[in-house]
Amino acid sequence: MSAKIKVANPNRCIGCYSCMLACSRVNAKTASLIDSAIDIRTSGGIESGLEIIVCRSCIDPPCARACPTGALTPRTGGGVILDKDLCDSCMTCASACLPRTIHFDKADMPVICTHCGVCARFCSHDVLELRKTEVL
Amino acid sequence: MWSNVLYIDLDTGEHQVKDRADLFDKYLGGTGVATQLLLEECPPGTDPFSPEAPIIFSIGPLNTIFPCVSKTVSMFKSPMTGELGESHAGGRLSMAMRFAGYDSIVIKGRAEKPCYLSIHDDEVKLKDATSIWNVSSVEVIGKILRNVEPGKGRRSIMRIGEAGVNMVRYANVNVDTYRHFGRLGLGAVFGSKNLKAIVISGTEDVEIPEIAPYSKMYNKLYDAVVDTEVMEKYHDLGTAANINVLNQLKGLPTRNLKQSGFENAENISGEYFADNLLLRKIACSNCPIGCIHIAMLKTTFQKGHEFEVNHISYDYELIYSLGTNLGINLAEDVLRLIERCERYGLDVMSTGGVLAWATESYERDLITPPDTLGIALRWGDTNSYLKMIDKIVEMPNKFYQTLAKGTVAAAAKYGGEDFAVNLGGLEIAGYHTGPASIVGQMVGVRHSHLDNGGYSIDQKAASQQLTGEQMVDKLIYEDYWRMINNSLVACLFARGVYGEQTIIDALASVGIKKTRDELETLGCEIFLAKYEFKKQQGFDVGKIKVPGRFYETISQLGMVKEETIREMLELYKKKTGI
Repeated sequence: MSAKIKVANPNRCIGCYSCMLACSRVNAKTASLIDSAIDIRTSGGIESGLEIIVCRSCIDPPCARACPTGALTPRTGGGVILDKDLCDSCMTCASACLPRTIHFDKADMPVICTHCGVCARFCSHDVLELRKTEVL
Repeated sequence: MWSNVLYIDLDTGEHQVKDRADLFDKYLGGTGVATQLLLEECPPGTDPFSPEAPIIFSIGPLNTIFPCVSKTVSMFKSPMTGELGESHAGGRLSMAMRFAGYDSIVIKGRAEKPCYLSIHDDEVKLKDATSIWNVSSVEVIGKILRNVEPGKGRRSIMRIGEAGVNMVRYANVNVDTYRHFGRLGLGAVFGSKNLKAIVISGTEDVEIPEIAPYSKMYNKLYDAVVDTEVMEKYHDLGTAANINVLNQLKGLPTRNLKQSGFENAENISGEYFADNLLLRKIACSNCPIGCIHIAMLKTTFQKGHEFEVNHISYDYELIYSLGTNLGINLAEDVLRLIERCERYGLDVMSTGGVLAWATESYERDLITPPDTLGIALRWGDTNSYLKMIDKIVEMPNKFYQTLAKGTVAAAAKYGGEDFAVNLGGLEIAGYHTGPASIVGQMVGVRHSHLDNGGYSIDQKAASQQLTGEQMVDKLIYEDYWRMINNSLVACLFARGVYGEQTIIDALASVGIKKTRDELETLGCEIFLAKYEFKKQQGFDVGKIKVPGRFYETISQLGMVKEETIREMLELYKKKTGI
């Protein structure tokens, strides 16, 4: 089995950012927004709704294809795995991702979603779901 | 950590950051620290509109890192009351300040030309706002600034509308379109400083000493907020649920408090709004509840299916002040009135109070068509009220100039003081529940129903037969403990979750050790520090005149006697030493 984050109901988002804080708290051990692998943002103010930017767990991830050092490799079931030792912060991966999911922390390391599902646990409105899929 | 104060001088455009651990260690943050900064920066007799008058914003140690700790405190000298100005706002401001790395901001001086402040992490700039100074709509100002400022997606934008620019004494500061620093006139103080807006964003981390105890506490609080019944009323119908409740209890001020129940309450009830007009609910940052109720008002403006669509946030107090208190019979009309106030950046509660006083004064011929410039005021006449709101902001004659100063100023000039429904110089919140509500708003540091929740104590008294002294004791308990909630700065809607022990545990989980006794003493100390400021500026609680109207209209607890109020006030003064 493999798990991936799915934006199940984007229009239910209330903009509380609990998911982002959960991601950084659990994965980066910080209270931060930029350490979060998912990115919730308004576009045109809170009156215009929210963008839910998460890793779309590509089976053939363009970010991994673009990575010149082999730091990003495809993850079983979709998405990528980061090997920080190989990453030289060239940021090529970021522009290869059309939804612009990849951003960088203070050390200029890409913040990569592990599809752990903690964001969904802290989404009170079922915007995000962790979906389990069988890997063939 | 958690003690950076950003000082900005609008005269020179210069700024500096000082570590004020001396204040934050002792007073936590929020209202506790802001009060000390106000005492430092605003000496007795300061004109609220002078360059020397400060504007202070403060957040606390738990802001952003725990659910529902989502508010920012502002402090200033109020141009409405001439004493303590304090107002709290949600939205994204506390998060933006936290991640920009500023726990307080102190703004003084007056810019030579219209300006706005652009604050993004370490970059603090005073920028020219000449081209937006006369843009009246707060929504449009937000749109313009979003196009030119960094921090897209999670920044906070405070701004004033035409009411603030024209220095209407009860102009508010709009925060992120749907939240406000309302009531005591911060918008007018912005106007006096030629300050149109402040944009803030940040990318800092918050240092957490030990992640494990913090995470454990976070999870506990998140589950308490989301999975229990404690917050349900704010989530479902929202505060507007109180319209039907208070109407049935005879506690709903109607037609300038001539009545305490409204015959058409059902038409403008929280249930009606939710079933027919509610579009969506949104949240302040870090609050999983999402209590901000947004209504959609679709209005035909021309034949041929031409519609104007407005999204308007509503709450109980707004529906009372521009609804029942003006005898408005349709929810859609209430929304039209709210929208007009929002556009200009007017405090809705005070505007409603002013219009209610004016309507009754018109009935009694204290004011006449030459004063109103031909507008005939009648209860329930939405179109006349819309015109009045325009004129309050424009101030075309002496009458409207006076209305723009509030009910007390208007009654002092035109008469009708007995029905100028205010407590301590501020138009009242929507509760005529009994003596605790009246005394609570008189003694409350910012004359707000949320200082001590007097209305809720009246409601307890209805079922538990409380004596006057017991009610006073409960007011004092709330006055002190809410100083702690407001120093964190936790949303008071979540006070059912953030009780004494929870506050102690949450602080401990991020390395701040406080005992119950220490916190209670601190609450009292902050309260008294505010009274010190109030007295310095000439406030005397004993001199507050309670308009006769409060004693003429039946409340939830029956007719309120003047003697009861006097006795409770004396007890309160004795017990608190104010």
